[in-house]
Amino acid sequence: MVKLTVNGTDHNLDVPDEMPLLWAIRDVVGLTGTKFGCGIAACGACTVHLDGAAVRSCVLPVKNAVGKKITTIEGLAPIDKPHPVQVAWVAQNVPQCGYCQSGQIMAAVALIERHASPTDQDIDVAMTNICRCGCYPRIKSAIKTAAASVKAGHVA
Amino acid sequence: MTIAVDRKDFLRVVAISGAGLSLGLEMASAPADAAAPAMAAPPAFVPVAWVEMGNDGLTTVVINQTELGQGITTALSMCVAEELDVPMSSVRFRISPAETKYYNAAWHGIQTGGSRSTPSMSPVMRNAGATARAMLVSAAATKWSVDPATCSTSNAMVYGPGGQRAKYVDLLAAAAALPVPAAVTLKTPDKFKLLGTRQARLDVKPKTNGTAIYGLDVKIPGMKYASIEKPVQIGGKVASFDATAALKYPGVRKVIQVPSGVAVIADNTWAAFQGRKLLKVTWAPGPNAGVSTDTIYSKARLLSKTPGVVLKTAGDVAGPLSGKVVTASYETPYLAHAPMEPMNTTADVRADSVTLYTPTQAQTDSQKTAAKITGLPLESVKVVTTFAGGGFGRRGETDFIEDAVYVSKAAGIPIKLIWTREDDIRNDPYRGGTVSSMSAALTPDGKVTTLKHTMVSSSIVARAIPFLMKNGVDPLAGNGMTNTAYQIPNQLVDWHQLDVAIPVGFWRAPYANSNTFATESFIDELAHAAGQDPVAFRLAMLEPGSRPRNVLERVAKLAKWGEPLANGHAHGVAMGQWDEGWIAMVGEISMPNGKLKVHKMLASVDVGQPLNIDGLEQQVPSAMIYALSAALGGKITFADGGAVQKNFNDFTVLHMVDSPEFVIDIVRTTEKSHGAGEIGTPCVAPVLANAIFALNGKRIRTLPLNDSLV
Repeated sequence: MVKLTVNGTDHNLDVPDEMPLLWAIRDVVGLTGTKFGCGIAACGACTVHLDGAAVRSCVLPVKNAVGKKITTIEGLAPIDKPHPVQVAWVAQNVPQCGYCQSGQIMAAVALIERHASPTDQDIDVAMTNICRCGCYPRIKSAIKTAAASVKAGHVA
Repeated sequence: MTIAVDRKDFLRVVAISGAGLSLGLEMASAPADAAAPAMAAPPAFVPVAWVEMGNDGLTTVVINQTELGQGITTALSMCVAEELDVPMSSVRFRISPAETKYYNAAWHGIQTGGSRSTPSMSPVMRNAGATARAMLVSAAATKWSVDPATCSTSNAMVYGPGGQRAKYVDLLAAAAALPVPAAVTLKTPDKFKLLGTRQARLDVKPKTNGTAIYGLDVKIPGMKYASIEKPVQIGGKVASFDATAALKYPGVRKVIQVPSGVAVIADNTWAAFQGRKLLKVTWAPGPNAGVSTDTIYSKARLLSKTPGVVLKTAGDVAGPLSGKVVTASYETPYLAHAPMEPMNTTADVRADSVTLYTPTQAQTDSQKTAAKITGLPLESVKVVTTFAGGGFGRRGETDFIEDAVYVSKAAGIPIKLIWTREDDIRNDPYRGGTVSSMSAALTPDGKVTTLKHTMVSSSIVARAIPFLMKNGVDPLAGNGMTNTAYQIPNQLVDWHQLDVAIPVGFWRAPYANSNTFATESFIDELAHAAGQDPVAFRLAMLEPGSRPRNVLERVAKLAKWGEPLANGHAHGVAMGQWDEGWIAMVGEISMPNGKLKVHKMLASVDVGQPLNIDGLEQQVPSAMIYALSAALGGKITFADGGAVQKNFNDFTVLHMVDSPEFVIDIVRTTEKSHGAGEIGTPCVAPVLANAIFALNGKRIRTLPLNDSLV
């Protein structure tokens, strides 16, 4: 048994220690907002927060997440009270297919928590998630809007 | 029928009595979306299949095209709302089941691709909105005893000539009792309130909070997970296998052979993947044994030096070229589609029915595939279309449908069949590699008198829709060569079908995505050979006042073409077309330390009457970024019949850091609306190659650019 704390709820899971956190979250806990894209930590679709830091859950064994606070897109903010990053994403119509956006948003939230006013370079360095629809220009713009919003005190 | 579902509060499956199934894809931009009921009440007024108006004041638009990210659900909903005169905040959509009443006439079924959704369905959806409006007006006019022609509508209200007013929602029952008019009048463009404006995507909220359901997110009762170990050599077959170790992995339930390989069925995806690694499979070689990138291109290069079947001929092209003769050859690599969501389908095969939950671009073909495998009639195959995590043509294939149906049929339980990214990269019907041999004759004053283009490429049509081949000619093979706007008196385009067993498929802007690299690079070479500016040279060959000439003039102006750029920067230009849409593009590059840096891409686009401006401003750069990935570093190479690349570590795609600034100029016109999913793709590679030449005089004729720059 592996005990995980996902979005504030404890789950006792009968899974092998080496199962990547992604599959425990998706197939066993049943939260499908976190996506599978590559399985080798190359695309970032599986990005979640581990104690507030962005991690790629497709290569993180569940045993390494025990005792840590796991946050997925579903736990980022209540649905009717979205996080400023989500608000900026909606206002700027960022998603196209949307499949990578949970990961993009989780990476962006972690970035803003580290850099209150990220520069273009900060964003380029932190945002290595792949988007095949090419939402990059809007993602960059929305991150700046969200950062300004958080700085102004609109914290979710 | 009703399907019990795993009742997560974010997964809504709506059961519609007697009408098949619809996954929880109903949503509105209104606050109502968060509170959408799990069970939909029957709509009060359904004038046509595409429009359902409810007593809750919401209009549900039924969309028969897959939402791949292209924004078609919003654009077609706008078409209905425009003619119906309802605000977008009261509109939501759902994806139709794969039933004949929802067929798209352009496809003789349900399919999404080729940027065909807009031209084929926008007139249908406008007509649907206008029909609903006419019936609501008629209901109000009858109630008030006035001539319907004296009534007007706005914002979900009918207004009568004597100051009468009625809300649509109060007219639904009366309207539902009226006959459906045979013909209705559509608005003239000057009356548009929505079309040609910037509208928010109807699917934006669920795509930012994790509630949007993609194929990979489907969960149905009794379902197990499966993944298939496939041969590395494309077309290879299972000779024998040993599943002893695989079956010992925790959660692995069953191992079975299917046509595409060996399937591991398990309690979760990870166990299925681990089971695959523990299989011992011996593979028998197939038709691609010994095939490599070298063998394919050696064959293609030889063919390119001989005349092929004629795709287009104009003027006098007999005999050798005279005057100033320019020749060049161009090569493009194989490419994978690699949409973000790996291929998957959940199949529930039963004795008398099949239900497919799938992110497909080809619902009718999926039905046919399942019907063929199971022996059931087409009507017994239900398709529930989920959101798709990108498509780019890949999901028009049915290989992943086949996999899921075979496994569910053999296992006797519902199966979620999942491909790994490695499966996706190595088993793609690729964008095929091409070789183009070009030649042209110029007059002493730099006018092109003759242009000849011999193209060698594999035929997607021959593989995927063979009945469309005519006398050995693929009717699409000349796309991007035979339909350029240049007025050149003598033209010859001929084609060789490159017969190799590596499958090729429809990849964003099929055929044009490779052909345009040759045509637009060569035109640039001709401009330089003539000692002329590349924009002026092209303009001289374009009909004055024409749409293609207009986009080129506009983008040149926007880019300040010909004016000095920052030190070490250069511009390149190219133009292209898709259907009756036109695009011209300018790119600004530099090469610090010999490495290509793309700073800015500008495009002027004319796709007819724009539907959602914001959608166009997404789609055009989207296609350009997809093409940038390909132009800069995209390639699939082969060794012994298998793809060398496996995942996003070696099949490289564009990241944020390399994404340039975009300036997109949309031509406002009332010409027929065309799609914009493809049109941004073909010009990108030639723009960059032409810019590199402008910068340093090095002409790159082989893609990807970064390989050629080494």
